[in-house]
Amino acid sequence: MSIDIAPPPTPEKLGEGRAPTGRTTDRVFRYVALGAGLLVFVILALIAWSTTKEAWPAFKFQGLSFVWSKTWDPAHMKFGALALIYGTVVSSVIALALGVPVSLGIALFVTEVAPDWVRRPVIYVVDLLATIPSVVYGLWGILVFAPAVQGFYQNVADFFSGVPVFGLLFSGNPVVGRSIMTAGVILAIMIVPIVTSIARVVFATVPSEQKEAAYGLGATRWEMIRGAVLPHSRSGVVAGVMIGLGRALGETIAVALVIGSSAQITARLFSSGDSMAAVIANQFGEAAGIHRSALIGLGVALFVLTLLVNVFARWIVSRSAHEVATGAVR
Amino acid sequence: MTIIPTGSRSMSEVWTTRSGPEPVEQAEPEQPELAPEIVFEVRNLAVKYGSAVAVRDITLDIASNEITAVIGPSGCGKSTFIRCLNRMNDLVPGARVEGLVRYHGEDLYDPKVDPAQVRRRIGMVFQRPNPFPKSIYDNVAYGPRINKMRRNMDETVERALSQAALWDEVKDKLKRSALALSGGQQQRLCIARALAVQPDVLLMDEPCSALDPIATARIEDLMEELKRDYTIVIVTHNMQQAARVSDRTAFLTTEVDDSGRRSGRLVEFDRTATIFTHPSDPRTEGYITGRFG
Amino acid sequence: MTASMLTSSDRSRQLRSGLATGFMILSFLIMLVPLVLIVGYVLQRGAGIISWDFLTRDLPIIDRSADGGIGPAIVGTLLIVGVATLMAVPLGVLGGIYLNEYGGNRRTAVVVRFLADVMTGVPSVVMGLFIYTIWVLRFHNQSAFAGSLALGCLMLPVVIRTTEEVLRLVPAEQRDASYALGGRKATTIGRIVVPAAVPGVLSGALLAIARAAGETAPLLFAIGFTTRTNTNLFHGSNVALPFLIFRNATSPFTAAQDLAWGAALTLIVIVFVFTLLARLVAARFDRRSRA
Repeated sequence: MSIDIAPPPTPEKLGEGRAPTGRTTDRVFRYVALGAGLLVFVILALIAWSTTKEAWPAFKFQGLSFVWSKTWDPAHMKFGALALIYGTVVSSVIALALGVPVSLGIALFVTEVAPDWVRRPVIYVVDLLATIPSVVYGLWGILVFAPAVQGFYQNVADFFSGVPVFGLLFSGNPVVGRSIMTAGVILAIMIVPIVTSIARVVFATVPSEQKEAAYGLGATRWEMIRGAVLPHSRSGVVAGVMIGLGRALGETIAVALVIGSSAQITARLFSSGDSMAAVIANQFGEAAGIHRSALIGLGVALFVLTLLVNVFARWIVSRSAHEVATGAVR
Repeated sequence: MTIIPTGSRSMSEVWTTRSGPEPVEQAEPEQPELAPEIVFEVRNLAVKYGSAVAVRDITLDIASNEITAVIGPSGCGKSTFIRCLNRMNDLVPGARVEGLVRYHGEDLYDPKVDPAQVRRRIGMVFQRPNPFPKSIYDNVAYGPRINKMRRNMDETVERALSQAALWDEVKDKLKRSALALSGGQQQRLCIARALAVQPDVLLMDEPCSALDPIATARIEDLMEELKRDYTIVIVTHNMQQAARVSDRTAFLTTEVDDSGRRSGRLVEFDRTATIFTHPSDPRTEGYITGRFG
Repeated sequence: MTASMLTSSDRSRQLRSGLATGFMILSFLIMLVPLVLIVGYVLQRGAGIISWDFLTRDLPIIDRSADGGIGPAIVGTLLIVGVATLMAVPLGVLGGIYLNEYGGNRRTAVVVRFLADVMTGVPSVVMGLFIYTIWVLRFHNQSAFAGSLALGCLMLPVVIRTTEEVLRLVPAEQRDASYALGGRKATTIGRIVVPAAVPGVLSGALLAIARAAGETAPLLFAIGFTTRTNTNLFHGSNVALPFLIFRNATSPFTAAQDLAWGAALTLIVIVFVFTLLARLVAARFDRRSRA
């Protein structure tokens, strides 16, 4: 084999020669990429500035009672958001109370119990739940679920009538289908996929040596989960729950359709209520002036609230070893 | 740091290390050859990561059209050292290079020097074959393309593959994925890819550690061929390999300082035959005879 | 005696473990109930309504009239989501490139990463208000483009973080190989890193599209409402499927509700197709990165 070998090039000076253009392109590209990254910061800052600016007239008009007054009555220019904050928080808490145990159950089922051939289909089915648009949950909630569940609510209300604590929560009239409870149930369904997928990723990071060690000591499956899986994943699960909470607090359309739209503070879960996001969606169309400004103000409050919850969640994640879990968050 | 101009010293002094005990003067009267051109002059080189010193006190010269082997126990900074020669350490966050590296008399770390140009001239082959997930042809053509050497691409590719002794095996499947080749073929493809940009030097970082003995032998034969046109520096943990292929050998070792921090340093640098038969430092002898490492 | 005590405690432990396992399986079944009910109901109510006419005709002008379709809403959805994608995906990919290729653990990158995560948690209704205050109020312009801006803002952080995660899977050895041949960073990213990550990025983008297509709240204040097809991006009100469903869900008229069910089925199909595409692409990517 004869090889035609090129003579090694005569060394040229390294500092000179061609391709200074390549260096410039390189630098430009770097700054373009950095700019795209910083866009996130810019948008968040703009959200805060722009919405606060438009909400300012309402804040000025209403003062601190924007947060402390419970009367939301646009017709009489009363914009107290307390009842709306209450509705937002209570419906979200119901969603967590119902959704989190189920999510953790599914996540444990997937990671610890299900055989391989069951695992994938289960994950797909849970993800399918996440693909249903929230407006479809709302449509189903208002036209199918709320009317159907009213009779059941009535039975529960009658059953608990006169019982302390429970009577306070479930009894008393009127019992309506479009209620805080219904909003909570729909929200619970909506947060199950996200909490499940975070919990699943977190559980999967538990080292198998720890699980085997527990089994080696004669632990049953449940004892192994309590002894090895749950302690190892606590912070990751808390972060997942927080992210679920953030979703529930900000969910708009489904809640707007099923919560009943009456701004009141009541312990009775089967009565109608209202939430910040729902009020924005339901009233914005016909709002003007201070009213519109107040609705934007609700948006600001919601932004701050969800920001706090999410920052807290990410803070927990960044402190723990569950960095991977953030991948499941979207 | 004082740098003694190479010209003022005899070649044999230049080739021996200045760290460690002064070696016994080695008279090699059968060497009336022309003094080879020096490609790299390395003086008091040290690489630091934060406060940790990976390797230090490296002073040696690398001659043109020779194979220089760098040996030593694992963790002694062999790879870190060789990556200084084409400024690959620039890419490691927190890595700092101190001391002097001259390439054909030019300071490699001068701020005016463009690292990309350095790396085009000083090619590198890595420990594990790392072909791109592209076709065989595109792998070899990648370097010329990005360096705007687009003329006669087919010819360039064929020549590079021939030089890497791979042409006959792949000439009928140039459009196939490079990942379908065997490990040894992939490594020769990586050599071809490096040669395609017509470098001056080839740095090889344990190029055979992931290969079987037959593939290793092919690469070693290939290095012998390439020596005619290129200067080669090879890092290896395999002493037999260094003994077989190289003209000169640098022996690095790991030292532990008083506070328990480990760093690599150069013990001895000499003709390979000398290193393996009459090492001047007991540590070299210990390593070579297998007493430690 | 001792033996029987051991067995009995063992049995209660086994029982407890069995109950826990039972609860886990039950959790899955509980979750299946709403899924089956909702999807089943949408299929049942929507399937009878959908026809070629329904998918292509203009919206009925009067709510109680059954005479009309959802054509403009389908066009509007595709237009708004399409333009949002064109804005969010290139910027998001660049942002992901910044985080993984340039930022690493630098402070700026850590902050950007954190903010991107936080931004995924911003409620979509807030994003809608944001676009309303910064675009609609300023330019007196309710249009498809305003909707695209809102959806684009929602998609951006998702695309950034997905891209970053996918780029992380590209082996460092391949970057080294390119640098060692004299490749600059931009060259290496453009010719080696990004091509290797394309399927993963595509899959992430498709999922973001699916999610954006179902969003209602960001469009409430941005696009206005119209009953006729409007393909003008910047001028004139528009309509989208989720918005239409929301509007008609509260209508007392059966015809309007039927229209909502039909639109819901159409929307679910669109979202599902994008999700399925994402899964197919991701599966291919998995197979390739394993090879």
